[in-house]
Amino acid sequence: MNTESTTQPVIEARQLDLTFQTNDGPVHALKDVNLTIDKGEFVSFIGPSGCGKTTFLRCIAALETPTGGALTVNGMTPDEARRNRAYGYVFQAAGLYPWRTIAKNIKLPLEIMGYSSAEQEERVSKVLDLVDLAGFGGKFPWQLSGGMQQRASIARALAFDADILLMDEPFGALDEIVRDHLNEQLLALWARTEKTIGFVTHSIPEAVYLSTKIVVMSPRPGRITDVIDSPLPKERPLDIRDTPEFIEVAHRVREGLRAGHSDD
Amino acid sequence: MILVFCAILLWLFGWWLNGRLASGPYADTQMVRFVAPLVFGLTVIGIWELVVRGLEVPLVILPAPSVIAVRFGDSLPVLWADFVQTIIKGALSGYIIGCGAAFLMAIAVDRWDFLRLGLLPVGNFVAALPIVGTAPILVMWFGFDWHSKAAVVVVMVFFPMLVNTVAGLREATAMQRDLMETYAATYWQSFLKLRLPAAMPFIFNGLKISTTLALIGAIVAEFFGSPTLGMGFRISTSVGQLSLDMVWAEIVVAALAGTAFYGLVAMIEKAVTFWHPSQRG
Amino acid sequence: MTSASIRAVCAVLTVVGVIILFWYAASVPMNIKGVLNEFERAGEQVDPPKAVDRRDMSEIELVIDNPYAIDETWEQERPRLPAPHQVAEELWDTTVEKKITSKRSLIYHSWVTLSATMLGFAIGTGLGILLAVGIVHSRVMDLSVMPWAIVSQTIPIIALAPMIIVVLYSVGIQGIIPKAIISAYLSFFPVVVGMVKGLRSPDAMQLDLLQTYNASRSQGFWKLRLPASMPYLFTSLKIGIAASLVGAIVGELPTGAVAGLGARLLAGSYYGQTVQIWSALFAAAILAACLVGLLGLVERTVLKRMGMAQ
Repeated sequence: MNTESTTQPVIEARQLDLTFQTNDGPVHALKDVNLTIDKGEFVSFIGPSGCGKTTFLRCIAALETPTGGALTVNGMTPDEARRNRAYGYVFQAAGLYPWRTIAKNIKLPLEIMGYSSAEQEERVSKVLDLVDLAGFGGKFPWQLSGGMQQRASIARALAFDADILLMDEPFGALDEIVRDHLNEQLLALWARTEKTIGFVTHSIPEAVYLSTKIVVMSPRPGRITDVIDSPLPKERPLDIRDTPEFIEVAHRVREGLRAGHSDD
Repeated sequence: MILVFCAILLWLFGWWLNGRLASGPYADTQMVRFVAPLVFGLTVIGIWELVVRGLEVPLVILPAPSVIAVRFGDSLPVLWADFVQTIIKGALSGYIIGCGAAFLMAIAVDRWDFLRLGLLPVGNFVAALPIVGTAPILVMWFGFDWHSKAAVVVVMVFFPMLVNTVAGLREATAMQRDLMETYAATYWQSFLKLRLPAAMPFIFNGLKISTTLALIGAIVAEFFGSPTLGMGFRISTSVGQLSLDMVWAEIVVAALAGTAFYGLVAMIEKAVTFWHPSQRG
Repeated sequence: MTSASIRAVCAVLTVVGVIILFWYAASVPMNIKGVLNEFERAGEQVDPPKAVDRRDMSEIELVIDNPYAIDETWEQERPRLPAPHQVAEELWDTTVEKKITSKRSLIYHSWVTLSATMLGFAIGTGLGILLAVGIVHSRVMDLSVMPWAIVSQTIPIIALAPMIIVVLYSVGIQGIIPKAIISAYLSFFPVVVGMVKGLRSPDAMQLDLLQTYNASRSQGFWKLRLPASMPYLFTSLKIGIAASLVGAIVGELPTGAVAGLGARLLAGSYYGQTVQIWSALFAAAILAACLVGLLGLVERTVLKRMGMAQ
């Protein structure tokens, strides 16, 4: 899509500021956020609640409008990027429509974006395979487990050719075992599709296991306190979590979180 | 006196039978759920018959069920004509116009926040008012025939339907709306694919409430003037002539029509909102 | 007051204002033919001059041809659609200006209807709650009665009203009782259905908890089921009181009763006294609003006391 993508960052934030006007006075959700995300990176945002990690993701997706600073996505404003259908967004809950089957749910963005029905069918079966849900297309969401629903919602975000995947605590509501499994699958998926991924979490092991870059944030005002480039290799079996490198990165993240906390 | 004694026996028998059904091994089956109310209903009718005959209650106070049944069978053409006049022409046309108009209005209210802020409290207020009271005015404006009855029905169903539809259109969660936003969906795309389906349980709730209101409106409006036809007209004139068997026959028609109308809407609801937790059971 | 609530109040006032404006505008074409007929009888110049010619003309056209008549459309004695200020004047005249005991006082008529409504509502609600308790505690009653209570919601049982009035009249009972009976049975069924739902609202976990305390059934009722049912009860009470009022009004129609809001409506429609109909209608609306509002207030206080609402 963009020939200069090797040189130009996918997402670039400069001095980003966002203040919400609430009934209890202004809330400084983001302050002086500077961040560059390159193509193909897997970036995790971690921090306590209220640190603005979700807000930052929503700014990238043009679901919130920053009150100051500059933010570009693929060299465009977030809103232009949204109109160009530049990203797939995965929410904390699967948010599948109960009145549509899994296949029809995945078709939803394709219908909105005007794909031909033949192409819709093709893409649905492709992404269902990708998330290991082949054969479940005819089921309704409420007939599947929570983990399967979340996989379906990832498939929905993958169905159209967005090159950025934004995930807001997608596995937060799932139990540990399912979460491990989905983390492993997500890494495999990322390796296959080479998408740029922004991932919000509050689990340190999850952030370290998945990311090439970990952004540590802290609240009041929401800001970035540390950016850690992971030294871990791209190939990551689950037991990498027991290696000294992994533990060291996790330790640095924990230190960063603690430093952010000592402010209040 | 023997008949009254029989009535008491029948009551005890019915009670005993349902007691057995309710505590028996099949208590939770569909069959018992269907049979038990039937037994209760038949017992009540049986007692009614026996008591009326036993105490020789005059016809002008309470006719026996058998007398009502005979009258019902004998007056089928009249009852049918009244049914067509009141239910089909008055209630049904008013129901369709009223619910349709309320639905369109709800879309407008949902689209413009100012309308929602202003109209919804007014709508909630009006929905609780005794709207049947507009019947004399509407009869004066639209004449004695079914048009005025349809107008009363329109006014009666409009606000409950409006309030329910607006509530339904706001039912989609913030997250689901955000999702449509990330797809850069247009207003109508997100309306048709998200908000309308999500609103269906509420819309059908409004439609179900409106079925009963429509019948009430159509019948009561006839008390304020009607051609010599219609269920409300028949009820008020038959009451005047003290032919209560005819009144009861009309009430049977009203009950059947009301249940059938409601049942029909509920059936459509089941097909449309099969996905809703309340329907999955 | 926050800016949001100011905005809401402005919006409501705007909508009400638009409705009143629309009402004034609508009374012009609605009343124009009557006004022109009066003018013609008074010997004034009207266009077109003959009533026969005017009959099939559109009202809008008549208004455009006779603009001087517009004022008069808001001042007629028996308009097809009285203007808002006429209704307001009539309401003022028949409430504040008249003695309460007068047959022309709307307060008197409202009281007649209100007393029947309240009596019926009290009876209907009381019996409804009792039946609901019975249904929740007895499986036999649940199976045999509950389906009928639900079905009764789908049929226009108000059709029974004229018969009840006349039958009771023929055995010598009249006045407030027959109307109260109609009010009672109209509020009865919504209360039964709502209260059963409420008494059943505690979930299995809460009921299990009481089991672990070895609580008796009556303890379970008083400490869990009854408090849990309160929100449902109030919701159905509000529906019930509105239904009671409708019942009392409709109950006044068939015997051509001389007192009550229903009687005012009926008399107004007999004699073409439209202003009287509208003012009775508004009195009924105000009454309904007060009753529902009062219940809402009680609801909020009670639920707040119980810690179920903020």
